[in-house]
Amino acid sequence: MGMAFGVLIVQAGLEWWWGPVFAAVIFAGSLEFLVLGLVTATAPLATIAGTAFLVNFRHAFYALSFPLHRVQGRGRRAYSTFALTDEAWALTSSSVAQGWSSRRIFALQSTFHLAWVSSVTVGGLAGNLIPDSVVGLDFAMSAFFLVLALEAFVVRRSAPLPIVALVCSLVSHLLFGDGMLPAAMGSFIFLVILDFYARRRRA
Amino acid sequence: MPDWPYILAAVLVSAAITWALRALPFLFISRLRESELLPHLAAVMPVGIMTILVFYTLRNTDVGTNPATLAVAAGLAVTGALHLWRRNAVLSVLGGTGVHVLIMSISS
Repeated sequence: MGMAFGVLIVQAGLEWWWGPVFAAVIFAGSLEFLVLGLVTATAPLATIAGTAFLVNFRHAFYALSFPLHRVQGRGRRAYSTFALTDEAWALTSSSVAQGWSSRRIFALQSTFHLAWVSSVTVGGLAGNLIPDSVVGLDFAMSAFFLVLALEAFVVRRSAPLPIVALVCSLVSHLLFGDGMLPAAMGSFIFLVILDFYARRRRA
Repeated sequence: MPDWPYILAAVLVSAAITWALRALPFLFISRLRESELLPHLAAVMPVGIMTILVFYTLRNTDVGTNPATLAVAAGLAVTGALHLWRRNAVLSVLGGTGVHVLIMSISS
């Protein structure tokens, strides 16, 4: 996926080195794809901030099981929280990992970081070689989000959720056009919270 | 083309918010455990947010009887089918994008 992102950076008209900058500094795969999309549409910074918050909201719960207590030193602890990606969390949240050494956790996270930045760089350099007659590569972004939606769907198996999300998108697009994201995400979350309290009152 | 200070600001804002979401909860772990709404939100949000993002990235598709609509529909169908079949993200994205690019490149 890193290579695909590197290619997209170049396809979007940015210099290839933005790829490694995105990868190293943001270090959150799905958000990097999205920020690229938002930047090419010159979305306001407030929209980008709100989107970053909602897309990465799930990370707030990784604190519950990540073995940060094993990591020694201020610098490493800070880095560990910075590099707490989905992959790092998936590998360290098991009960075995609760006994891992500081060095091992740091090695794992920095390896993921380096691998991600390298593959984005390779993709960016390779992207320069793709002829102009090849069009539509930016569809990789949509395909990637569809994959993430399906992964999330398989866990919950709730049909109304994606349908409600689609309706929120359609209405927000009709009302706000390219500036649809805050309204779509805001209305979706509002409905989810409303539903949560309605169910609790009935229970 | 957006200018570089704007792109850099966008990268820094995204990075700061992502890091805050990853780091700050370590300070509020007990409150995180007590809350009922927050875990519910974290469980339910991804499928909705990702659906919205699929729509957002395709919002400027000119829907009708044209190659662009066909390319989007075929790309989504192939991505979805591949993913339900093999559950391999790279394969699904490559397959779906390949079909989309093929249709778009031939018709342009």
